Amino acid sequence: MLEIKDLHAGVDGNEIVKGISLSINKGEVHAIMGPNGSGKSTLAKILSGHPAYEATSGEIIFDDQNLLEMDAEERSLAGVFMGFQYPVEVPGVNNAEFLRMAYNARKVKAEEEEIDPLDFDELLSGKMKMLGMEKKYKERNLNDGFSGGEKKKNEILQMAILEPKLSVLDETDSGLDIDALRIVSEGVNKLRNENNALILITHYQRLLDYIKPDFVHVLSEGKIVKSGDKALALELESQGYDWVTKAD
Amino acid sequence: MSDEKSSVSDLLEDNQYKYGFTTDVESETFAKGLNEDVVRAISKKKNEPEFMLNFRLKAFAKWKTMKEPAWPNVHYPSIDFQNISYYSAPKKKKVLESLDEVDPEIMRTFEKLGIPLDEQKKLANVAVDAVFDSVSVATTHKKKLMEQGIIFCPISEALQDYPELIEEYLGTVVPVGDNYYAALNSAVFTDGSFVYIPPDTISPMEISTYFRINTEETGQFERTLIICAENSYVSYLEGCTAPQFDTNQLHAAVVELVTMDNAEIKYSTVQNWYAGDKETGKGGIYNFVTKRGKCAGVNSKISWTQVETGSAITWKYPSCILQGDNSSGEFYSVALTNGHMQADTGTKMIHIGKNTRSSIISKGISADQSSNSYRGQVKIGKNATNARNYSQCDSMLVGDKSSAHTFPYIETANSSVQVEHEAATSKISEEQLFYFESRGISRENAIEAVISGFCKDVFKQLPMEFAVEAQKLLTLKLEDSVG
Repeated sequence: MLEIKDLHAGVDGNEIVKGISLSINKGEVHAIMGPNGSGKSTLAKILSGHPAYEATSGEIIFDDQNLLEMDAEERSLAGVFMGFQYPVEVPGVNNAEFLRMAYNARKVKAEEEEIDPLDFDELLSGKMKMLGMEKKYKERNLNDGFSGGEKKKNEILQMAILEPKLSVLDETDSGLDIDALRIVSEGVNKLRNENNALILITHYQRLLDYIKPDFVHVLSEGKIVKSGDKALALELESQGYDWVTKAD
Repeated sequence: MSDEKSSVSDLLEDNQYKYGFTTDVESETFAKGLNEDVVRAISKKKNEPEFMLNFRLKAFAKWKTMKEPAWPNVHYPSIDFQNISYYSAPKKKKVLESLDEVDPEIMRTFEKLGIPLDEQKKLANVAVDAVFDSVSVATTHKKKLMEQGIIFCPISEALQDYPELIEEYLGTVVPVGDNYYAALNSAVFTDGSFVYIPPDTISPMEISTYFRINTEETGQFERTLIICAENSYVSYLEGCTAPQFDTNQLHAAVVELVTMDNAEIKYSTVQNWYAGDKETGKGGIYNFVTKRGKCAGVNSKISWTQVETGSAITWKYPSCILQGDNSSGEFYSVALTNGHMQADTGTKMIHIGKNTRSSIISKGISADQSSNSYRGQVKIGKNATNARNYSQCDSMLVGDKSSAHTFPYIETANSSVQVEHEAATSKISEEQLFYFESRGISRENAIEAVISGFCKDVFKQLPMEFAVEAQKLLTLKLEDSVG
């Protein structure tokens, strides 16, 4: 589904990702871990198509398409979802209306009829029920005045509505208390299936207690220095990042 | 404004000002300059009754003693009032009997602007008075309105046909010496619209005036007077565009509204005068306008809604004098500035009667290097027992070179009143738009969503088609500025 080949990338002319290769198949969950400054965020930004970040060499192929040549809008419509570390607040724009715009953008691309507000409300209510989310998420404005935890939950709601093929969740666990972490993780688990894939970018292993990864990759100084299974994450937890970065 | 109107996107293709064309018509234009003879000549040209000439002369005498206001938060080289022509009209041989006699070029101009005037194509539910430079060239649906006793005609015509109404009301809301530009307008105004709604009448259609400046060195000084008698209602719309010139044109209008007992006037404006070159700031309209309504009767209401998207400089404070007990005034405004535009706009709510209410919702959007100021005054007199005001002034900044200012003035002389003021500043950022894009929503739709969210409270006051057009207009104007 996703093939990253020798990716070099950075921001403002500073190279931060220095040759990452990674292959992800449908149905898989990959965790990317690493200390601060290891290039996790840059990798996430590059995957999302953020205009400030630039890939200097290498390739990212998603479903036979060259992802690096697509802008954020095209990537989203192709089925890539980015769960942001810091979702931006948009006052004045109703959350449900925003979700419907995003949903309809896909309908337009598929040359299907757009969904009207009433039918969408039904769809939205169903997803919210599944995720155990309160009614306020429909009524409030997009992330406006949301707490850190509410913003992350709202990202998962968007993911549920858009049903992406590949989701990249960037530090979704940061800033969440243990209850919020559990709710968000349960939501993500419900959305997993054999046709979609998940990349979890995280600093801590605690998220992986809730969302079980098939593969764990450790980033250090812009490169993957170690790959393994869930056991690697536990090892990191007990020994710290020095263990892998020094072993390199 | 109508379904016949091509969408704003067509007219504003590539973000250019699409109304910037000029029409080649033979005009009769006065030599530049202003003195008493010019004032007399205008009055004579229009064959006005004597009271009108006296009104003009009084205003002119007053104007000569006045100074251009220096308090607005706008900057421009001082205007040479002797370098402006005060009258320009398309040449015609005789009084127009029907639309067939209007220069076809002018008819085409208005059609291009989305305001078809001829009988077959005219807008079904809107009566239009089309003002071209200094004169009204056509008014639609006049007869149909007259069936209900509604008078809708150019003010120059009203001076001939209904001089007693004009004499009774003109200058009663905005006195001749009210302010510098109002005095100038009172001396030299050339045309505009007159509306009279008789008692117990709900106007069956929207009434509107469309202003077009065509000549380069002419000022446009139009005068609008709307009177709504007891238990009546009218919704009035105003639109404006001008060609693209490197020089600045002066537009100094005066609008007066009067409502009697239980009457209501709803006045909506979408102003899109040429704003000058976006990069250099060269050219554009100086829009120095005095708009004021008087709620003379009990339970009467005046509501101003404005969407200001053009002009190099805007200086405008549509206001309400709440004289009748239980009367109410409303002001809803969206003012967008981009490029080098400067706007100093807001309202005045003068509470005189008991239980008078006013509300002010102002949304300023500033982009590029522009400056956008809200200036508002709420004044509550000593007899205005239980008066209430609510003001909300929000600013949105686009980019980091623009500025927004808020100058609220509140004065109360009665202790039973309630006055509330809220203000907030927000920003439309690249990060917000990226967030939309990362969900598959186009940049254009994203800007539209953010702007319409910000302006929601004002747009919902506009007639439907107007609201849709206004929203598109704002989106197109901002597309290049975000980032």
